[in-house]
Amino acid sequence: MTSPSIHGRDGSNDTLPTNHVTDELLAAYAAGNLSEAQSLLVATHSALCPECRAAIAEFEAVGASFLEEIAPESMRAGSLDSVLARLDQEEMPANNVVQHPSSYSAPDRQIGEVLLPQPLRGYVGSDLRDVTWRPVIRGLEEAELKVSGPEFNVRLIKVAAGAAMPQHSHQGEELTLVLTGAYQDGSGRFARGDVQIADGDVDHQPTAEPDEACVCLIITDAPIKLTGRLGRLLNPFIRY
Amino acid sequence: MKLIQVDPRLVHPSVMHTLVENSVKTAITRPVALFGSVRSLAAFAIIASDGAMTQEPTAKETRPSEPLTAPELVTFVSKIAEQRCKTSFQALFGYFAPRLKAYLMRLGSDADQAEELVQEAMIMVWRKAASFDASQAAVSTWIFTIARNKRIDAIRREKRPEIDLEDPALVPQSESLADDIIEEQQDARRLKAAISRLSSEQATLIKMAYFGDKAHGAIAEETGLPLGTVKSRLRLALGHLRKELKEGAP
Ligand SMILES: [Zn+2]
Repeated sequence: MTSPSIHGRDGSNDTLPTNHVTDELLAAYAAGNLSEAQSLLVATHSALCPECRAAIAEFEAVGASFLEEIAPESMRAGSLDSVLARLDQEEMPANNVVQHPSSYSAPDRQIGEVLLPQPLRGYVGSDLRDVTWRPVIRGLEEAELKVSGPEFNVRLIKVAAGAAMPQHSHQGEELTLVLTGAYQDGSGRFARGDVQIADGDVDHQPTAEPDEACVCLIITDAPIKLTGRLGRLLNPFIRY
Repeated sequence: MKLIQVDPRLVHPSVMHTLVENSVKTAITRPVALFGSVRSLAAFAIIASDGAMTQEPTAKETRPSEPLTAPELVTFVSKIAEQRCKTSFQALFGYFAPRLKAYLMRLGSDADQAEELVQEAMIMVWRKAASFDASQAAVSTWIFTIARNKRIDAIRREKRPEIDLEDPALVPQSESLADDIIEEQQDARRLKAAISRLSSEQATLIKMAYFGDKAHGAIAEETGLPLGTVKSRLRLALGHLRKELKEGAP
């Protein structure tokens, strides 16, 4: 497999992800019960994965089917009337403009840059050149993303072509989504759109493939634990 | 900001259990409404009166509403989009508003807040009717997602990263497969049949994932099962449901 180039709607050679988010995450996203951080990862993966988009639509339909059987709660008397009155105000011309999908304007892009899926663009910008990277260790840079909710740390990491992350395990759960390039660890190969879910049972050393830097979106709910010989000494300095 | 949410762990486990059990039983024993077989009063009114309002709005609010069929729902939405038809809107309101209110209250909103969110959601239905695409989702699913998003905006005060179907970065589904999937989703009967084939434990778990925030923790506490076990059982249940949906395909 070659590394993915630009992905677009008309691209017939889009590589489909082979490592997906879990059904629980998809169902919770559909139900609206997922944190913003996890929603960001699920939505970004699903933009790149038609299978998971279909699953979300399915789980939304399941949610809707529960509405049919729920015991209704009466609306307050006069509720409909007050809504109908508000609809009349809606008829002002300014509010009556319907946004058609065709009016969507795609950001300009140039050959060689990787277009980020829409859910991420709200946090990062339209492509990876907009990111301000902070060096962490040799071959590894990161950029923290501002996402509400204190429970998760959300960041982009960039592993230089051929570079290895320090060997580490996890105290909580770590969700990794590959945006560009690819990496391998003991359990397999992860390329654009692929998700890896790692917890305390996973002790790995992800290594970027030699031809291209690998950029990933990473969500963690607890600091990682460095397990390599040198890494153990660094543990006190690692936040996530 | 999660101050307003009700932590299910504060609800007595037996109450929670009964709630969930009852609704699951209803789900399984309730007769399936076949397309066209049950014509609701609201739908009938619109056909009989050809768009003129013949019913008192308040009467409809309190009347228990019959299930509307999928084609009826699509007709209502397109009449709203094309003719700004208030009778169609009333029909949708009469059916969905009390259900959305119950749904939001089940998720921890108090009656006032639920009422307000439902009103906002229904106004959104009016506003966005023209962008509803019957080839993408059923009307009930569309309205469910509108209410879901209103709730996230209002209660959690969080952004919701959304999948944009016009996103140039979107990796598309092959055409034929996409059509199959949409047809499957719209077949409400098949969906219900799939849910009814689940064990009652699995149906309960799935329902908790929709109706209970922090549901996993609540189930773990209620059943005495470790959280990890609850999670893996929910995963199995969801996988089972998706398998049932695939296999039930015509
Ligand atoms: Zn996927």
